[in-house]
Amino acid sequence: MTREKYDNQLEKLNNSLLKMTIMVEESVKKAVFALKNQDKAVAEEVIADDIRINRLETDITEECSIILATEQPVAGDLRHIISIMKIITDLERAGDHSVHIAKNVIKLANEPYIKPLIDLPVMGETAVVIMRRGIEAFLNRDADAAYEAALLDKKIDNIHLQVVRELIFIMISDNKKIDQALSLMFVSRFLERLGDHAKNICEWSIYSVKGEKIDL
Amino acid sequence: MDNYVITAEKLDLFYNSFQALYDIDIEIPSNRITALIGPSGCGKSTFLKTLNRMNDLVTGCRITGSVKYNGREIYAENDVSLLRKNIGMVFQKPNPFPMSIFDNIAYGPRVHGVTVKNELKNMVEKGLRDVALWDEVKDRLNKSALSLSGGQQQRLCIARVLAVEPDVILLDEPTSALDPVSTSRIEDLLDKLKKDYTIIIVTHNMQQAARISDNTAFFLNGRIEEYNQTEKIFLRPENRTTEEYISGRFG
Repeated sequence: MTREKYDNQLEKLNNSLLKMTIMVEESVKKAVFALKNQDKAVAEEVIADDIRINRLETDITEECSIILATEQPVAGDLRHIISIMKIITDLERAGDHSVHIAKNVIKLANEPYIKPLIDLPVMGETAVVIMRRGIEAFLNRDADAAYEAALLDKKIDNIHLQVVRELIFIMISDNKKIDQALSLMFVSRFLERLGDHAKNICEWSIYSVKGEKIDL
Repeated sequence: MDNYVITAEKLDLFYNSFQALYDIDIEIPSNRITALIGPSGCGKSTFLKTLNRMNDLVTGCRITGSVKYNGREIYAENDVSLLRKNIGMVFQKPNPFPMSIFDNIAYGPRVHGVTVKNELKNMVEKGLRDVALWDEVKDRLNKSALSLSGGQQQRLCIARVLAVEPDVILLDEPTSALDPVSTSRIEDLLDKLKKDYTIIIVTHNMQQAARISDNTAFFLNGRIEEYNQTEKIFLRPENRTTEEYISGRFG
């Protein structure tokens, strides 16, 4: 096999992608933990960690640009790099949503929740599963696994609708709860968006393997 | 619907007992640029030379199967000179004749019977304008063509081919001896010329094939491994060996 330097560059890029995924996963997990436990300190960590995620996104973009400029990748390699550039945007946005959730946690830290938070954490945990499986599928070039992982997003969407209905009912029943209900509704929306970004990662994994962009 | 100006079917080519081309099936559309890529010795130049019978000059060269130009068997043509007028060729190394710039271009038309001076003058000017060389050389048409730079010489050779009003232009690595600026001039030129001509180019430069061609054929060991639209070849090749070759991971 030829092009050893190039293959090493691609390998390094995959490692950077994996590192960013782990950081974003941690960020989502921490945001969900902070939400569940009304833990302001952990929420603040999520906000602080986001700077590192953003920096890594910039670094990976730079790595991709250098490979595009110097190695002129084609076919599978080109699709792989295009996909990485798209995936890191989704990861960065997922990190931002964790920050939005963390800010709501800080806002609500000193008041008891108007409802037990059972479903919202499930949304976050599911998004992490999709994200992890999507990235594994990407690195293993397994389009079927990516497809299956993407389907889990339906679960997140359904929970979101259910949570919204529940919160609307609470707001109608007691107008003193509107403020917190609205915050929780935003949190649910952020978690739903997190699921969408995780699903996008799966779609780019499929594109990378098959060369077809499908909207799942 | 594409009109195919060149078609080959079950084409085999032998140099004595060595088989250089196997079972070539290809349809080359008119007014398109078709790139032939593949490692050295894969048969792409051999195939190119088959199209205007440059292989006739090689002793022991034998062909079976069919290769047609506008529906007529190329190897059944009696007038090879007319065939080569219709299917012109540009080589890797610029090869201007050791005569003036004017005479280089006028040579072909003269051979094909044009003698009126004004007519020749117009043909020379048109040819040089077509290859964007006119402004650079109009004041020294009587100077030797060998005084031109490599890039200018190559454009002159293309103009010389155009002067006999061909239908198809074959180019065998036409820019491999040129610097990047001259290369992009030739590439721009080919893109303009495809409006009026069918262009077939052999190139070792993958990016060049990707940049300028509409269709690409990947040759390997005397066979066409894959032939498709260029963007498909370079984004989603069907064949693993094609992908390995264009990614530089071959062998």
